[in-house]
Amino acid sequence: MARIVAGVCSSHVPAIGAAIDLGKTQEPYWTRVFSGFEESKRWIEELKPDVCIVVFNDHATAFSMDFVPTFALGCASEFPPADEGWGPRPVPVVKGHPKLAAHIAQSVILDEFDLTIVNKMEVDHGLTVPLNLMFGSPKEWPCPVIPLAVNVVLFPPPTGKRCFNLGRAIRKAVESYPEDLKVVIFGTGGMSHQISGPRAGFINSEFDKNFLDALATDPQKAIDIRHVEYMREAGAEGIEMVMWLVMRGALDDDVKEVRRFYTVPASNTAVGHLILENVG
Amino acid sequence: MTEAKKEYDDIPGTFVFDQERSRQGYGINAFCMTLLKDENRKAFRANESAYLDQFSLTPEQKDSILQRQWNRMLELGGNIYFTAKLGATDGLSFQQVAAKMTGSTQEEYAAMMLAGGRNPNGNRSKSEWEKR
Repeated sequence: MARIVAGVCSSHVPAIGAAIDLGKTQEPYWTRVFSGFEESKRWIEELKPDVCIVVFNDHATAFSMDFVPTFALGCASEFPPADEGWGPRPVPVVKGHPKLAAHIAQSVILDEFDLTIVNKMEVDHGLTVPLNLMFGSPKEWPCPVIPLAVNVVLFPPPTGKRCFNLGRAIRKAVESYPEDLKVVIFGTGGMSHQISGPRAGFINSEFDKNFLDALATDPQKAIDIRHVEYMREAGAEGIEMVMWLVMRGALDDDVKEVRRFYTVPASNTAVGHLILENVG
Repeated sequence: MTEAKKEYDDIPGTFVFDQERSRQGYGINAFCMTLLKDENRKAFRANESAYLDQFSLTPEQKDSILQRQWNRMLELGGNIYFTAKLGATDGLSFQQVAAKMTGSTQEEYAAMMLAGGRNPNGNRSKSEWEKR
């Protein structure tokens, strides 16, 4: 059977993508950020996942204000990089896993999570930057990716509790898939940041560190954070962190923390990174 | 001061993009969405005002776009991920747009971020901003 072996959390700051695309990764500002992922790259290279489920958010790229799905599962066989206004990022096309995605969709919907099914989608920095951070800049991404887009643009996003429980349902779905597959689930976005309005630039490292602690050892604490608290304490766009709870819900109650990294800033944002392994 | 209508109205310097704003700003965001295509970016640059007339915008909304009033666009229902595409069309990064919204220069803003960003203390509630 398929199984989820680990969870990876990472910020998705667009400027990280720009630094890669413009060849700035060796500048001191950026080595500070990228150095935090060096061990993680080795970790995932050794682990060799068969599939990654990447919980991410679209930034007005695939979804305009015409339709705003709360949870949308990418079931296509490929997801091209989108033009976000600066031209498409020069990264490989993301290959999907339509068979596992269809299985997850069916299982999760019958488990009462009303997902939107996506058969055509371009993906923006929200998905491709975390892939770069974990896999570097290869010619092809090393494994298929199932994108799960979460609305965190139009208020309100789903609650942390809903996200966590969706993670549980995804795990159940993966474990009922007959093929032996090693699956890693990514929670992306965050950490504290605000890029809109006169309060832009807001960072709260204490909130972020407590959030990382909670995810590792006491997820209920993170589940209980209300939306207004995310926005007040972690910045209006810091609410993206609910996506990390989907990842956490897909893991064991007790997990092994194998990697943690935190730095401020990358452009406007606090960068956080965590790797948690299932031990059971 | 009028009483806060929504719990999050008390967060200072923040325009929470809820459905009320999304409804109001549908035209702004629909316009910004078209800037994902290079040919549209070119057409917009060629004649901004005529290009904007294709969309359902109030005079205030159209003005805020033409004058690049980044906060005003958000106040009138624009969302930052959409208006950032206008920034991109102007050759601006997210950070450059953010700096403009805070009323600081790019250098001042980047320096604030390098020093750890805007501190939560004094920036959690509107009452704290009113005291300044």
